[in-house]
Amino acid sequence: MSPALTPVQESPAEIQPAGFTPSVNDLAIKVGTVNGSGSQSANLAILRALYSMGIPCSGKNVFPSNIEGLPTWFHLRASAQGYVGHVLDPRILICMNEATARDDVLALRPGALCVYRDDFDLDPRTLRGDIQFFPVPFLKLVQEAYPPDKTDKLYRDRLRKVVNMVYVGVLASMCQIEMEAIEWGIRREFPGRKARAGEVNINAAAAGFRWAEASLPPERPYTVARIPGSWNKILIEGNKAAALGVLFGGASVLTWYPITPSSSLAEYAEDFLKHHRVDANGKCSFAIVQAEDELAAIGMAVGAGWAGARALTATSGPGTSLMAEFVGLAYFAEIPVVIIDVQRMGPSTGLPTRTSQGDVLKLHMLGHGDCRHLVLLPGSVEECYSFTIESLDLAQRFQTPVFMASDLDLGMNLWLTDPFRYPDRPLARGKVLTKEDLDRLGRFERYRDADGDGVCERTLPGTEHPLAAYFTRGTGHNEKSGYSERPDDWKRNLDRLARKLQTARPQLPAPVVDDNPHARVGLIAYGGTHYALVEARDLLAAEGIETSYCRVRALPLADAVFQFIERHERVYVVEQNRDAQLQTLLHAELCGTLANRLIPVNHYNGTPIAAENIVRPILAREQSPCTSGWPVAESAHEIDRAHPSCEPSTE
Amino acid sequence: MPNPATITVHDNGHSFNLPTLAFQGLPSTLCKGCGHNSITSHLIEACKSLAVNPYKTIKMSGIGCSSKTPAYFLSASHGFNALHGRMPSVATGAMLANHKLLCIGISGDGDTANIGMGQFMHICRRNVPIVYIIENNGCYGLTKGQFSATADLHAHLRRPGGEENQVPPFDLCEQAITAGASFVARSFAGDKKQMIALLKAAIAHRGTAVLDVISPCVTFNDFEGSTKSWDWARAHESPLHELGFVPRLPEIEVEQTPGEPVRVQLHDGAWITLKALRHEEHNVSSRASALALLEESHENGEFVTGLLYLNTTTPNFTERLTLVDTPLALLSEDMLRPKPEVLEKIMQTL
Ligand SMILES: Cc1ncc(C[n+]2csc(CCOP(=O)(O)OP(=O)(O)O)c2C)c(N)n1
Ligand code: SF4
Ligand SMILES: [Mg+2]
Repeated sequence: MSPALTPVQESPAEIQPAGFTPSVNDLAIKVGTVNGSGSQSANLAILRALYSMGIPCSGKNVFPSNIEGLPTWFHLRASAQGYVGHVLDPRILICMNEATARDDVLALRPGALCVYRDDFDLDPRTLRGDIQFFPVPFLKLVQEAYPPDKTDKLYRDRLRKVVNMVYVGVLASMCQIEMEAIEWGIRREFPGRKARAGEVNINAAAAGFRWAEASLPPERPYTVARIPGSWNKILIEGNKAAALGVLFGGASVLTWYPITPSSSLAEYAEDFLKHHRVDANGKCSFAIVQAEDELAAIGMAVGAGWAGARALTATSGPGTSLMAEFVGLAYFAEIPVVIIDVQRMGPSTGLPTRTSQGDVLKLHMLGHGDCRHLVLLPGSVEECYSFTIESLDLAQRFQTPVFMASDLDLGMNLWLTDPFRYPDRPLARGKVLTKEDLDRLGRFERYRDADGDGVCERTLPGTEHPLAAYFTRGTGHNEKSGYSERPDDWKRNLDRLARKLQTARPQLPAPVVDDNPHARVGLIAYGGTHYALVEARDLLAAEGIETSYCRVRALPLADAVFQFIERHERVYVVEQNRDAQLQTLLHAELCGTLANRLIPVNHYNGTPIAAENIVRPILAREQSPCTSGWPVAESAHEIDRAHPSCEPSTE
Repeated sequence: MPNPATITVHDNGHSFNLPTLAFQGLPSTLCKGCGHNSITSHLIEACKSLAVNPYKTIKMSGIGCSSKTPAYFLSASHGFNALHGRMPSVATGAMLANHKLLCIGISGDGDTANIGMGQFMHICRRNVPIVYIIENNGCYGLTKGQFSATADLHAHLRRPGGEENQVPPFDLCEQAITAGASFVARSFAGDKKQMIALLKAAIAHRGTAVLDVISPCVTFNDFEGSTKSWDWARAHESPLHELGFVPRLPEIEVEQTPGEPVRVQLHDGAWITLKALRHEEHNVSSRASALALLEESHENGEFVTGLLYLNTTTPNFTERLTLVDTPLALLSEDMLRPKPEVLEKIMQTL
């Protein structure tokens, strides 16, 4: 049995966190609100303000599976060093939701600041003495900025949203975020027809700001300051980035069935396609179908890919399970199709609004019988865009299902990035024979490996040539795609499919390796873990542990990954799943004792991985190398301070 | 002089001769006497007599004895023997990629009414252009005779023990009508004349054309009393009308005979003529009338065949999607990938 699948946990000694020291441009804010209370505009206004001040920043929604009423949190981070991964300990907590105030306050690290509504029944000050509390008269302030209007039936509803802007102003004062930047941020959130609402919101922020300037003590321990210079960044979610990949990757058929966290990908794509791929006569160069389920979604994509379209479908874990039979068929019948899996926490419905990297191994082998698939692992929003384009091309070139495994953290959160570049290669068409090709060649056998690379030629239905037709089947077939149960036909075909995979391997996005010549320790990670990992490397280096880093970007694994392992004494494989799925694959392919160098670091509580989740277990292990056994679990301390669980969801 | 060994195909402004072999397929590997074989030969006849373009035709199927038959006709057409119960989605996708193709889908009663009921209802609802033939034998042939969801109530399995079917069957024509199919017909594999007329009409129709064809399984369900047996179907078949199909022949004005009850023009200009034999009051363009007729036939223990429902005005799925004229599968890069300026403009909004 592979040790990687042993769910044994061991807690290294707890490391007590120290309090904070005052900081500039190293900000972490947690805002606790109620789902559906309209805090998104407030949070994004802050994020945009920080961005416009030239400070690298990120924002994460940690939200429940619920439409309205359950607790939700927004994590904001600004960091001069460019650290944009999740951070466990906020310096500032904004409590807008009394239901979670107690847990949120108790989870804070000493030295943190807590802003809360002065109309809570609970007095959080009674909870602990090692943090500073600031009760804010939210209701009074918002009513000053947005006086009650008896003629407006929606007033109460609007007020509930506008009140969030008060904390924007309070934060602006507390952290010295420039008010002009805040105003700009709010206006960006209320463009066009919403401009009037924008002004009301600006007034509410100003009211919060004025109150804080007059009422807060003069010390400002956690502030930001403009970073001069010009920078041209965009703020985008991974799903929207992938939707741009759909648009510029020349996708022509998109099928889907709604499932969090992938729905917004299809919805953004629909929006982009309708704006940019409809001709002057209103005719579309694409088809989008919201199918009756994931079986039909993949079935349509497979049918479309077979008939020559650039077809894809987007889903999440449970959807990929339903797609398994079709993926097996498409692998064996060799049909181009792209499946984007925006991973969430499984199994089953699991935690549908929480992030995970738990599908990776399954995707690589989805189907029945021997199956291995190409899986791209984007590690940034930019890669969500470019890998979507890449997958559409790879599917055509290798006539096979191609997965892109994104995740909720990348897909649904906003990330700062450089503007995307226009693709520099034409659309790949793969080995498709036209009528003219058939005339010239005078022959066609669908599954004959003419070039020795495992990739055969195909024709599209509708090709007017007597040689063009062939019969596609999931049953055993020979080179002419005729039915065959001959052992040699079957085995030859399976071997050729393996050869095709080998041809594809070096043509997939290569791992990104940062070799440190002084490092004995190597780190392997993939996907959205990247941001926490980059930060973790600096923190480890500060503790005297130099590391090299290999970011895997595709399956099957490239040779460079194995060479990286050979160059390092110990290699930590950092993943956001319990079972060390990538490591299991590495174990399967590593020769000799190399596999013993691997040590898993696994994070799987539904929150995005933070640098601390990586540093703590590695430090424990490196500082007491004789620690027996593995995997290296996160410390109990960290688990305690994870987000308080919310009420059972309705899903 | 046309050569009898070739057929002249007219398509999209050009014409060419094809050997009749192009309309046939490999020899059938089904049991001798299987109803599915009869349907295959009627289908070949219909395609030949309409001179459909095999190059622009696709043959789609699920899994089952019935679903194997696409290998036995139109050898010059691409075919796809897909998954059990999932032919409708694959066919839908293929038609999205190339809406100019003629799609012939073959399924079984297990394939459609059991595992594939969901996809069947949804393809009807979308009115995807397809000739959807259900080769209905009331059992699973390929897995050795188990009951399907069209098996007769109280039927017994053909094996020692002979368990009884405790649940009543679905009527797939009723299902198709309620789901929204725009052409729904029932026939019997042994009724060559009616089958060919219906197949031709279904091919000329551009929407979901469902043909539920009683197709006896001689190995597992051809015993006395089975409503899916050769003898029972012959004895109880009650054709609704004498069905005629008049292909589009520009040089001949279709003759309007007074007293003909129904005469409908199909999308490609062909006509169907329906001369009522019974149920003169049945109106083929009314779903309510068709459903009432089917319910009545159940009560009377008869088996009505013919065209039950037809709607030639409702748009089909590819029309609803307002696709560009060129099939999506054949679009060039400049149609598929917007210019760099578009990306730049989008970047400015983010
Ligand atoms: C997912 C899946 N489940 C089960 C089967 C096994 N199977 C093959 S054919 C068939 C039934 C076919 O019945 P029907 O569609 O009525 O076709 P017939 O053979 O009667 O023509 C079944 C259950 C399969 N191929 N795939
Ligand atoms: S088992 Fe029945 S359905 Fe299958 S080929 Fe034989 S007769 Fe036909
Ligand atoms: Mg059957």
